[in-house]
Amino acid sequence: MIPLLAEALNPNPAGPTGVLWLVQKLVGPDAFERWGGTLTLVGSLGILLLLVVPIVATLFPLFAIWLERKVSAHMQSRLGPMEVGWHGWLQTLADGIKLLGKEDIIPAGADKPLFILGPIITLAGVFVMLAVMPMGPHLIPADLNLGLFFLAAAGSIEVIGVMMAGWASNNKWSLFGTMRLATQLVSYEVPLGISFVTVTAMAGSLSMQEIVRQQHGWIWNWFIFRNPVMPLVFIIYFTASLAETKRAPFDLPEAESELVAGFHTEYSGMRFSIFFLAEYVAMYVVAAIAAVIFLGGWHTGIGPFDAWIQGASGGWGGEDPSLAMAVIANLVGMHVVFAKAWVLIFVQMWLRWTLPRIRLDQVMDLCLKFLLPASVVFFMVTIGWELLPFESWTSDIPFIKDHLQWRLPRFAVFLVYSCLVGYWFFWFKRTFQDPFKRSVKEKPWVISGVSTT
Amino acid sequence: MAIPQELHRDVRTEEFLLNMGPQHPSTHGVLRVVVRTDGELVLEATPHVGYLHRCFEKCAENTTWKQVVPYTDRMDYLAAMCNNITYTLAVEKLMGWEKLIPRKTTIVRTLLFELQRIASHLMSIGTYGLDVGAITPFLHCFRERERLLEIFEEVSGQRLNYSYITPGGFQYPWPDAINRKIKGFCEYFEERITEYNDLLSYNGIFIERTKSIGVLSPQQARAYGCTGPMLRGSGIARDLRWDQPYLLYDELKKEGVFRVRYQGDKTPDPRDQMVDWSLGELGDCWSRYMVRAAELEQSRRIVLACLAKLDKLTDSEKEAGAGNIIKEADRAYTAPKGEEAYFKSENPRGELGYYVVSDGKPKAYRVKARAPSFNNLQVLTEISRGAMVADLIAIIGSIDIVLGEVDR
Repeated sequence: MIPLLAEALNPNPAGPTGVLWLVQKLVGPDAFERWGGTLTLVGSLGILLLLVVPIVATLFPLFAIWLERKVSAHMQSRLGPMEVGWHGWLQTLADGIKLLGKEDIIPAGADKPLFILGPIITLAGVFVMLAVMPMGPHLIPADLNLGLFFLAAAGSIEVIGVMMAGWASNNKWSLFGTMRLATQLVSYEVPLGISFVTVTAMAGSLSMQEIVRQQHGWIWNWFIFRNPVMPLVFIIYFTASLAETKRAPFDLPEAESELVAGFHTEYSGMRFSIFFLAEYVAMYVVAAIAAVIFLGGWHTGIGPFDAWIQGASGGWGGEDPSLAMAVIANLVGMHVVFAKAWVLIFVQMWLRWTLPRIRLDQVMDLCLKFLLPASVVFFMVTIGWELLPFESWTSDIPFIKDHLQWRLPRFAVFLVYSCLVGYWFFWFKRTFQDPFKRSVKEKPWVISGVSTT
Repeated sequence: MAIPQELHRDVRTEEFLLNMGPQHPSTHGVLRVVVRTDGELVLEATPHVGYLHRCFEKCAENTTWKQVVPYTDRMDYLAAMCNNITYTLAVEKLMGWEKLIPRKTTIVRTLLFELQRIASHLMSIGTYGLDVGAITPFLHCFRERERLLEIFEEVSGQRLNYSYITPGGFQYPWPDAINRKIKGFCEYFEERITEYNDLLSYNGIFIERTKSIGVLSPQQARAYGCTGPMLRGSGIARDLRWDQPYLLYDELKKEGVFRVRYQGDKTPDPRDQMVDWSLGELGDCWSRYMVRAAELEQSRRIVLACLAKLDKLTDSEKEAGAGNIIKEADRAYTAPKGEEAYFKSENPRGELGYYVVSDGKPKAYRVKARAPSFNNLQVLTEISRGAMVADLIAIIGSIDIVLGEVDR
């Protein structure tokens, strides 16, 4: 058991990977001799990097909550928080302090141990997912060779925590919320898992770093453009991840207009804010997973620039670059991942403040009748695509054989989907402006079966 | 929708008694609904009312005719102006002053009635979005409602409980300068209706959530005495503004400013579909919602027509209708003993009626209010049977109750 675990944590026996590589560079006698005077500067930078993951994970909700308030406010022609700090950027901190100062209430009828344990397990389940999240070529807390599997497993811990909380509250609204949550989250884990498997089938590995490495090169090497169905797999993943994080339009477990506050009705003060924290960290985690497994991780999509990041960060190519460059390249990679994740988080917020909530039976319909079969079919198509002998087909065509190879179909997929998105925007602007036209064309009030009482 | 018997045989399930309200985010006030549920299914939902009872009818017997007006504000507090006007018209009918009311007063009352309808429907549409989980349309509706409230504030000094219309005319003289502002609002508002339809009315998820939910058949609607958008949503064309015109509606009807679509009518111009469409087809939540959404445009056109009429008035007519025909000293007016009157109008929520009886004293012998929300609420049990808990919220929202009026 122990050796197995050790092997899993350090899959590369030849030398440490991830942050450990940087640490070795810093503390090793080799490094000291080579870097001497600059060691102080670089060392402090390295320690900063070591701290980056936990700090980001803790500070992220502060910023995300502020952003969510601002995004919602501007969508609703309001200003949002404006008082505490510049444009209210310290508002979340002020709210956090307020929540800390509140009385810690545990209802008399509640199951006390479970009630206390619920939020802790929820938060732990979400935070532990950050352990395998690659931030840069060498910025990963633990590059498990079971990375994606670990994510799927840790994701289900959150469900247990929330169910504990809802059940222990001994409140009818909480029970309703918990029931909905269990139904929804367990169902949506299946399409989510299948989209993970689809990615694994292409990468040939569960390791997060290996998945990113497979997407090296230009933008059409990203997994989202790997074959014609991958953009749809991405949409399936994104939908399922919205359901997993209980975000609108899938916010049934805490539907405030129906279930008061759902599973956390009885929670107040810091315990409530822990649920809040967990939700926002989970938002980041699912967005970062999407960025890593579909959108190229820390690759920018510009071939030469990615090559520079890869070379400068060291470790893969055999050459030993300067440590300062390695730190910079890793930081650049981290910001690329952040940028991609933030775009997806913005989309999550955008959807939340635009769409109404769907009903439980519709949630299940969407999952079991649409997402699940579709994801299985796309998985099959992906496997078939990977087995295509494209090289042998093109072996007679000199230019394609020498220069294009697999890039050709990938580039075609990229081109077609980009055009589709562009057309959709154009079409959206043309059609959706006149509701009078729409009301005549579409007749949504004509329905199939009316259930009369 | 019946619960399959096999379910009970194979798995032992228990019914669950859920007490929704009086403190609940989406019971629109202090409605209490006791819900018997089987999982997510609602077996029976029983509304319990009376948490906001304020003895309106008894209070009205102890104050002068004019002093009742502020009490009517508090009935349907989202359409206070309509309540004022209806009560005032009932009293004027009792006193026999109908012929004495100047033309300008009538035009302004019609204008205010429709502006209030817009404000009320904005609230209704916005909170309905909130009930089904869409938060943004709510604030967009409030943005426009805010402009209306500013207009009302400039007219009456109040933002919610106006008490502006009193028997004989107005509490304060009508500020003519406000006409331009109202016109500006109407022009601005046209685009906003488009926005609501884009954002909410034709949103796929919204339609999925509201279609074929809480279906109220025309027979049931008649049997329970439902009125207003509830009734028209079920396909029964009954609108007192059209059927028993009061105020200026007779004139507007003849001029073709607005019309109520009857079944089988053709609408040649697609743009008119929206306006004439204050008639649903199925009686589901979406139909009731769309009746209100359509009445936004309908009311906007009526307001514009009223403004045009105000502009055409001669100076003497403007002078005559500036204030109240009752002088300060004559406030204790009386009607002969035994005189009675009943007046009803088409409120945003349905038919509001006031039955007033005089016994010769300067105060009412009896004031009876027929509140539309109360009658509409009765069908809740009937139409929510077999729905899901989320649907129950959508149904309560589509009935559009105001508890101040239900409990009064």
